Amino acid sequence: MEYKIATMAEMAAKGESPEVLFWVGCAGSFDDRYKRVTTAFVKILNHAGIKFAVLGQEEACTGDPAKRAGNEFLFQMQAMANIQVLNGYEIKKIVTACPHCFNTLKNEYPSLGGDYEVIHHSTYLQQLINEGRVKVAGGAFKGKKITYHDSCYLGRANQVYEAPREVISALDADLVEMKRCRTTGLCCGAGGAQMFKDAEKGNKEINIERTEEALSTGAEVIAAACPFCMTMLSDGVKNKEKESQVRVLDLAELILASKPDLSNS
Amino acid sequence: MTYLPQIAFLAILAVAGFMLFGRIRQIRKNILLGRPLDRSDRKSERWKTMLLVAFGQQKMFKRFIPAFFHFFIYAGFLIINLEVLEFVLDGLLGTHRLFAPFIGSFYGVAINFFEFLALAVLVACVVFLIRRNILRVARFAKPEMKGWPALDGNLILVIESILMLAILTMNATDQLLQTQLPEAYHQTGTLYISSVLIPLFDGLSTGTMVVVERFAWWFHIVGILAFAIYVTYSKHLHIFMAFPNTWYSNLNVKGKFENMETVTNEVKMMLGIQSDQAAPPAEVGRFGAKDIMDLSWKNLMDAYACTECGRCTSECPANITGKKLSPRKIMMDTRDRMEEYGSFLAKGGEPGADGKSLLGDHISKEEINACTTCNACTEACPVNIDPLNIIVQMRQYVAMEESGSPASWNTMFSNIENNFAPWKFSPSDRFNWANELKQEPSKD
Repeated sequence: MEYKIATMAEMAAKGESPEVLFWVGCAGSFDDRYKRVTTAFVKILNHAGIKFAVLGQEEACTGDPAKRAGNEFLFQMQAMANIQVLNGYEIKKIVTACPHCFNTLKNEYPSLGGDYEVIHHSTYLQQLINEGRVKVAGGAFKGKKITYHDSCYLGRANQVYEAPREVISALDADLVEMKRCRTTGLCCGAGGAQMFKDAEKGNKEINIERTEEALSTGAEVIAAACPFCMTMLSDGVKNKEKESQVRVLDLAELILASKPDLSNS
Repeated sequence: MTYLPQIAFLAILAVAGFMLFGRIRQIRKNILLGRPLDRSDRKSERWKTMLLVAFGQQKMFKRFIPAFFHFFIYAGFLIINLEVLEFVLDGLLGTHRLFAPFIGSFYGVAINFFEFLALAVLVACVVFLIRRNILRVARFAKPEMKGWPALDGNLILVIESILMLAILTMNATDQLLQTQLPEAYHQTGTLYISSVLIPLFDGLSTGTMVVVERFAWWFHIVGILAFAIYVTYSKHLHIFMAFPNTWYSNLNVKGKFENMETVTNEVKMMLGIQSDQAAPPAEVGRFGAKDIMDLSWKNLMDAYACTECGRCTSECPANITGKKLSPRKIMMDTRDRMEEYGSFLAKGGEPGADGKSLLGDHISKEEINACTTCNACTEACPVNIDPLNIIVQMRQYVAMEESGSPASWNTMFSNIENNFAPWKFSPSDRFNWANELKQEPSKD
């Protein structure tokens, strides 16, 4: 089987429409680490037989970091350009592996004329598992300790707390919680456009504080569901020289890795 | 019978009422310095939020120990006010224990219940004083708490303790007088908690006892009136503001930041998109917030509702890791600036001409730049205050009016503008990830 990745332009040319549009996001498109999450998710979509499309080169930054940093002009310019593309293709449903894209598309595009059903990939994966379209139980993570780091823009921002945890539980893994989790989950330090600048003067980096908490659970996998959290926690694990014992993995990667027959790498 | 005490009481009541009214008017004026914002929708949800969060203390109970003791003071405040009503009527009518004849033996039960609450308040105040001054709970020892805020916190607890002791003293001497002058004092039956204090006063002459009882009565009621005025200058104002503040809560999901309509109009013009509004957009003031009048009235109400508990700050990732940002300080600064600017205007100052501003004179860029917008602060706040919204509005001012964002953010802005990604990658490479995958053979 060859992996299908149709662009919206191709689909529209054939007069077809997708079941769901996969919004890849800038990190998913350009960041080497998060590209692996993108491909993991695409493989799962392919195996589940989902008719999906991507925007390819027609996708552009949602404007989230600009808005959070205070540049509302730039945000709205980006948003309106994206909305023109999305509305042009009559997009109804969007799935994305980035909580920041998810939040912006879901909550901030409607005021500018972009109304879509927007789902984060954690929820989408959970639904695929529940519907039996993706089978994961009894895989490589059976009984292994996994801790889940709540992304602020999934959790507090949008009340998505359970879907990622249910995905992990479906792997038959032993989900161990950090002390600060769910509504009191500690930020990785990258939200609000912090990803794009150095931190202000302090006595510690936020990602180190969070990584220490994650490591103290004794988990061998820190599960993340956000490209920024992924970067921050991976850096934290490296800083603590634990990268040989502890891996930071996205939910899609966990599913793929739990089923050797799904993964090719 | 002399009317002197009644006249004195009426005079005190009138002066206190006048001062209180003046302060309420000033606070209302200050809040209305903010820009308009519509929070009149979804009324049933708003009532429910107020009932749960303010009346029901829902978010307080995320931390059980302070919530437990706080509940004593809260319940005491709500219920002991019934007794204050009797105090006020007694004072005006020159009566003593006005309600007693009407409700018979239940009166003694009620007073016993009030005494229990008074004791509970007293215990809670002592526990809180210990937490602040001996255990030194970290969130009460942050830099923004130095000086007046720390004194304010302690004063409130001490004043409340003294007021409760006054009630108990009054009831203790009253019980003694009930036996010595049964014709003049209503028989309440045993008041269990104040009875503990009886040995302190037992040896006094009847005359002295009458003086002590009256002194405690006056002290309590005048103390309450004075405290009510003090509260309007203090963080303790949350006892009133918590209710409207939760009613006017932001009911949207926390991730949704409000859309700036003024910007939308300009962007639509730039992109040549037809605007829905036929009329030309209203004159655009300032983008974002430099000072309190740029903030919404709800941001300003938030500042008056803050009781400086510091739960926000204790959960703020920036503050936890030693950055200067403290969400509580954002709220305290906003309130200080409101009071400062409000009194400048009250003295006849020309609007906008006091030469100071919230951003710059009170809050620094270093603080607002450190925020990760993670919403830990808004989640933690027991009365739904939103410091994050103020921070973002200040960032908007800095980015759009001053072009003064950190250099790396300006680089990020120009990357988005030119390459449609926050990093400097070529837009034509955006879909390259797919090429590698398409070539990869699948096992199936």
